Amino acid sequence: MTETTETRRRLVVVGNGMAPGRVLERLFDLDPDGWQVTIFNAEPRVNYDRIMLSPVLAGEKTYDDIVIHDKAWYAERGITLHQGCPVAAIDRAAKRVTAADGTTADYDRLLIATGSSPVMIPVPGHDLPGVIGYRDLDDVERMLTASRAGGHAVVIGGGLLGLEAAAGLKAQGMAVTVLHLMPTLMERQLDQAAGWLLQRAIEARGIAVRTRANTQAILGEDRVTAVRLDDGTEIPADLVVMAVGIRPATALARDAGLEVNRGILVDDHLQTSDPDILAVGECVEHRGTCYGLVAPLYEMAAVIARRLAGDADAAYRGSITSTKLKVTGIDLFSAGDFAEGEGREEIVLRDASLGVYKRLVIEEDRIVGIVLYGHTADSGWFLQMLRDGTDISELRETLIFGQGFAGGTPLDPMAAVAALPAEAEICGCNGVCKSTIVAAIAGKGLSDVEGVRTATKASASCGSCTGLVEKLLSLSLGDAFDATAPKPACPCTTLGHDEIRRLIAAKGLKSVPEVMQELEWTTSCGCAKCRPALNYYLLAAWPGEYADDYQSRFINERVHANIQKDGTYSVVPRMWGGMTSAKELRAIADVADKFGIPTVKVTGGQRIDLLGVRKEDLPGVWADLNAAGMVSGHAYAKGLRTVKTCVGTDWCRFGTQDSTGLGTRMEKMLWGSWTPHKVKMAVSGCPRNCAEATCKDFGVVCVESGFELHVGGAAGMEVKPTQILCTVATEAEALEYCAAVVQLYREQGHYLERIHKWLARIGLDRLKALVVEDADMRTALFERFLYSQRFAQSDPWAERVAGRDAHEFVPLRDFTVKEAAE
Amino acid sequence: MNGPDMIAVEGWTDIGALAEIPRRGARRVRLPERTIAVFRTADDEVHALEDRCPHKGGPLSQGIVHDCAVTCPLHNLVVDLATGAAREEDGGSVPVLPVRLHEGRILLDLRAAARRAA
Repeated sequence: MTETTETRRRLVVVGNGMAPGRVLERLFDLDPDGWQVTIFNAEPRVNYDRIMLSPVLAGEKTYDDIVIHDKAWYAERGITLHQGCPVAAIDRAAKRVTAADGTTADYDRLLIATGSSPVMIPVPGHDLPGVIGYRDLDDVERMLTASRAGGHAVVIGGGLLGLEAAAGLKAQGMAVTVLHLMPTLMERQLDQAAGWLLQRAIEARGIAVRTRANTQAILGEDRVTAVRLDDGTEIPADLVVMAVGIRPATALARDAGLEVNRGILVDDHLQTSDPDILAVGECVEHRGTCYGLVAPLYEMAAVIARRLAGDADAAYRGSITSTKLKVTGIDLFSAGDFAEGEGREEIVLRDASLGVYKRLVIEEDRIVGIVLYGHTADSGWFLQMLRDGTDISELRETLIFGQGFAGGTPLDPMAAVAALPAEAEICGCNGVCKSTIVAAIAGKGLSDVEGVRTATKASASCGSCTGLVEKLLSLSLGDAFDATAPKPACPCTTLGHDEIRRLIAAKGLKSVPEVMQELEWTTSCGCAKCRPALNYYLLAAWPGEYADDYQSRFINERVHANIQKDGTYSVVPRMWGGMTSAKELRAIADVADKFGIPTVKVTGGQRIDLLGVRKEDLPGVWADLNAAGMVSGHAYAKGLRTVKTCVGTDWCRFGTQDSTGLGTRMEKMLWGSWTPHKVKMAVSGCPRNCAEATCKDFGVVCVESGFELHVGGAAGMEVKPTQILCTVATEAEALEYCAAVVQLYREQGHYLERIHKWLARIGLDRLKALVVEDADMRTALFERFLYSQRFAQSDPWAERVAGRDAHEFVPLRDFTVKEAAE
Repeated sequence: MNGPDMIAVEGWTDIGALAEIPRRGARRVRLPERTIAVFRTADDEVHALEDRCPHKGGPLSQGIVHDCAVTCPLHNLVVDLATGAAREEDGGSVPVLPVRLHEGRILLDLRAAARRAA
């Protein structure tokens, strides 16, 4: 080689990862004799395919399988390769680099390709033995060594690398937990629906996933033993892998005086602030972006190779990145920009039974974003159209079905029901499964709901599964069945409220994204109608298990106060059964003075309303009210509002029972429960009915012989007298019947349907059959109610005084001058 | 062009981190003359609108955020976050302010805010 060195220019490369590897490969193709190359590589290895580390970790490939350039390749091209030899300094004036071991090399052009290093979160214990990043083959070997001992691995970070590491460690036999700070996995590449599907697939592989998990400390004496989260949970760990992101390795460039921001700054020629120095790969920042995926690195590499080979026009203008998760058995792809925006439309395809979710974001008849889950065969086709800016208006009707689509039928709106397994329970009351109903329809030639009811008892009790039975009839009989389809709950779905509720239970759906995926919602995140409804249905279906979706609640239920026309709020403390005291009244007066509350009003439900409270004052107002023993009156809630009472036998000469006491006990039993709509109650001490119990959702009129129970009254937009449910002898019975009615309403009511409307739907006879005549059913309803109350009865005001949702009560920034009064 | 002096800051002003706004949520930014609602969508898009519904002046920042829209808490008018226009005929519109994201920080063009307030 030495005879040609004088004629060649000298290229020195710092780093030997995939990007410089690709540069050299292309350069020697274009200009085999132009450059004499010297490489300094900190790793004691040749160039290998870093994106295949995960298959190595999973045991699917070996190191030899992933080598891109072996030693012979370098030798053939006369490349001097210094392995295990990091560069310590660049002398730009002398155009010379010096390695840590003293080796030097002079350059005409220098290519910096130092790559990146994993971000290690600086929590206590992050430097304990057993805590590693995930970046190179050394990390993989550390993980493989650790996994041979078995035990627990905790992977911090639910992004691409973290999940691949988790799958690999699981394949090596470790028990694995993934901790992710955000609510859904891979949130930078995936929308929520796909993130949820991914989580389900990861969990199905036996990997525990904790989202919203904020690591507080890594515990251990000599080496790691556990990870502690900020909620105090401790997860045992023999190995902790940090995979929260990468940081461009810029120290060398910075020390050399090159311009560095997050990465080494390069222009479209990939030239740094020194014209003789180029940079490529994960260490660079180009037009404000640092890349961590292989495709853009290769695109940069091609540009550098062309420039070194003398092509002055070669320029890099940024990349559209795409992501593919390399976990065997999980098909996932995303590319481009899938955010919502002006002029953007989306095409969404969900096939719940196949676990498929596809979403294309379209702008001006061009694809700008792609998310594919479950079926990614068309990813290349979509990506090509995205890159080319192909006009898709001609293809639009069938675009989402992919390249292979040729004709076919439109999507079946009943697919969710069709996809239910044969053993899926359709009628919960009578335990009738899908196959029984389908067999009855075929075997007995049934053609309507009544026939199915008679033959199988399905939908013969509460009736909430009627919609599902109709769909099964329709599926079995086709056009021969004429169902007046229930009204869709909102424009995001074809399903009605009953079907949604039944399917949540039948399919075990436990989150809003899960419902939207499985029930094939047509929008990506619902609307202001369906989100609060789904949140309520999930809350009612899975007490103690479902975590409330805060952002799916109307503002009043988010901040536990009622918004007023000027944007201020009203605050109503609870007054049990309408009773108050001098102490409470004094506290209310003090609060009104202290916070300058302009209006104090007595409500129709025997309480006091403080109107005109500034939002940021709410926690202060609550703290003072709490201090006087008062809690939220839930005057804003789809839940129990008030139990109005008269003074009953305490004072009234006509009183027959302790109406005030019963009202207070009802309120104490029922407060805090979420219901489809608001619930108002009253207890009158005698038939004179001073508490107006006969126009309430549930009312009690005390008589000499006991308690007359009333249901289904209203005095709002419609005035409806109650109907009499029954008369009971004891207070305990009155309480049990009351809770049973409320629980049945909670389980069957459509969101925003008052009790009287629900009652009109099911009929008083049905209610009597379930609550009065069927003692077992009543007891079961009562117990289910009490169970759900265990998770509902905590004062939301006290929680917020203690700091919950604090962001809600302060502006993000305040540029106004603080007034002295504050 | 006689906006309040104290916000005559040139160009972009850092008003906080993206993480300080919940997904599908909003936070308010108080200026002397008015309030700006800064929204974060499910896809981490950020939009800034004057915090006044074109219908009856309701605080849009308190609404439910879905897709690229917010439903006003007072009377359920749906306002598009990107354009500020109501998603119904003759629903009016609300001023949109230039906002952008830089390394997880939200930058608002307060100069534009001051001009519009003037």
